[in-house]
Amino acid sequence: MLTEGERREIEEEIAKSERKRAASVEVLKIVQKRRGWVPDDLDELAATLDMTPDELDAVATFYSLVFRKPVGRHVILICDSVSCWVMEYESMREHLSERLGIGMGGTSTDGMFTLLPVACLGACDRAPVMMVDEVLYTNLTTEKIDGILEAYRRGNM
Amino acid sequence: MERPLTENIRSDGQPVGIEEYEKLGGYQATRKALGGMSPQEITAAVKNADLRGRGGAGFPTGIKWSFIPMGDAARHPKYLVCNADEMEPGTFKDRLLLEGNPHQLIEGMIVSGYALEADLAYIFLRAEYTLAAKRLGQAIAEAYAKGYLGRRILGSDYSLDLRLHLSAGRYICGEETALLNALEGKRAIPRAKPPHPQTSGLWGKPTIVNNVETLSNVPHIVDRGAEWFKSLSHTDCGGTKIYGVSGRVKRPGLWELPMGTPAREIIDLHAGGMRNGYGFRGVIPGGASTEFLLEEHLDVRMDFDSLPKAGSRLGTGTMIVLDDKTCPVGMVLSLETFFARESCGWCTPCREGLRWVVQIIDAIEKGEGAGEDLDILEGQCRLLAPGHTFCALAPGAVEPLQSALKYFREDFERHIKEKGCPWR
Ligand SMILES: Cc1cc2nc3c(=O)[nH]c(=O)nc-3n(C[C@H](O)[C@H](O)[C@H](O)COP(=O)(O)O)c2cc1C
Ligand code: SF4
Ligand code: FES
Repeated sequence: MLTEGERREIEEEIAKSERKRAASVEVLKIVQKRRGWVPDDLDELAATLDMTPDELDAVATFYSLVFRKPVGRHVILICDSVSCWVMEYESMREHLSERLGIGMGGTSTDGMFTLLPVACLGACDRAPVMMVDEVLYTNLTTEKIDGILEAYRRGNM
Repeated sequence: MERPLTENIRSDGQPVGIEEYEKLGGYQATRKALGGMSPQEITAAVKNADLRGRGGAGFPTGIKWSFIPMGDAARHPKYLVCNADEMEPGTFKDRLLLEGNPHQLIEGMIVSGYALEADLAYIFLRAEYTLAAKRLGQAIAEAYAKGYLGRRILGSDYSLDLRLHLSAGRYICGEETALLNALEGKRAIPRAKPPHPQTSGLWGKPTIVNNVETLSNVPHIVDRGAEWFKSLSHTDCGGTKIYGVSGRVKRPGLWELPMGTPAREIIDLHAGGMRNGYGFRGVIPGGASTEFLLEEHLDVRMDFDSLPKAGSRLGTGTMIVLDDKTCPVGMVLSLETFFARESCGWCTPCREGLRWVVQIIDAIEKGEGAGEDLDILEGQCRLLAPGHTFCALAPGAVEPLQSALKYFREDFERHIKEKGCPWR
């Protein structure tokens, strides 16, 4: 069931779109912003967009940044593409995995972080890089990663 | 040396705001175009300027535009779409233009939209470019407030709306027909071509898709003319090019230089050469889907016509350097893992072939390779060549692979013979 707030934001988004279904990605993001992920049952959302649930599911399962399972409070997207790979991506990933106690796709037991790979973040001259939620972190080192995790843990970010 | 695209980009990291942009001569091209040029004159100028698409394929922009139906023959609404999905590994040039000078792109879209008699324009932006999204959103609002966008722009008969679409990941969204499906709210797989977007694009209407850097050039061509634009270049492809270098060089970064600047000059002079303790082994000249070059190729001019003669492509013009302390097999594994993961899955050779390629290279890298593996990889390169798939992702994926099999063959063979990666 959509909440009143969700419904209002969704209606606004649809009103701005050329056709209802063109709003589908934004609408999925509205739900995700409020709940952290997009649940399995898409019937109501799909109806709002004049789509069948299957059509909307085909969109929702396609995008890497539409999450279909609960994620942690913060999502870490670490770039595993070629320039970062050359610049020691693997050590950064190993360090993150060790610090968080999770592999790719995992969520730390305290529910703070989910770790995911992402395609080239377009900051290859500052490799290796990662994003935490909306913020880009560049020229990573293991010490820098520790500082970043610590800041989020302390709730400073 | 003139640097029209980047000279106004501030060194403090802040974007050029609308007032500053106007003071620097911004929106003059809009006044000139809407005030006295016909759409055909603008398309002719872009054609004469030899502007070629900066999204990777290098298609001549003026010629692309001339395929769009004009006047009474056209079905409306007509669309102009800016491809700002920049996700080709090793590519980081559009980010600079989007974050540094959003009004230059917006003006490029207004002038181009006028030339195409477009009614509605979209900027298709990848979700991870959060700073660009904020700055573009603000710049679009400023442009509306000053009458550069919306109904009857600057009192002319031309009206254009511009919308920002934020995507949600997946490299394939940058392929122009997948991008159109994404804008329509469908699963973003490419479309079979023909029909091409110029005649049947967004919602089946005439549509032009151009890259950020391509469109950012257009106001300067309108302002200063085709001859001036051509004079910026060392070769037959007009203008400057934003080149980039990443990898173990002293100063990774971006530089706007004359189109056709030699690769060696960019790597040695601008990027400062290799870091101490590292030697040069090879370079991918234009983003992940271009073929490796070696030291002996570095005098090649970095433009659309010269690089094919050296066996590669300009692509996005952003180079990825392979140093002598990095395993070429590992690097190719990283590239192919990317392409396999990002395959949309529509064509069997791409969906299944790339996955197989990754399995084989992964086995070789781990020391579990067999003698016939290299033949299988070469066979896959042939099966994934142009013409076997609906889009250029698969052919692009095998470009670095087949060149690596040629140039770094002994490294692959050593992995197999020594049952392990010599670099680990
Ligand atoms: C898999 C794939 C991804 C692409 N990604 C982009 C991209 O992110 N940005 C871009 O401008 N072009 C990209 N292209 C090229 C576009 O399909 C299209 O050719 C380009 O946007 C046209 O603009 P141009 O003529 O100005 O170069 C991609 C192509 C393929 C096959
Ligand atoms: S080549 Fe690959 S990415 Fe392109 S349409 Fe076919 S399956 Fe999709
Ligand atoms: S490869 Fe990591 S930012 Fe480009």
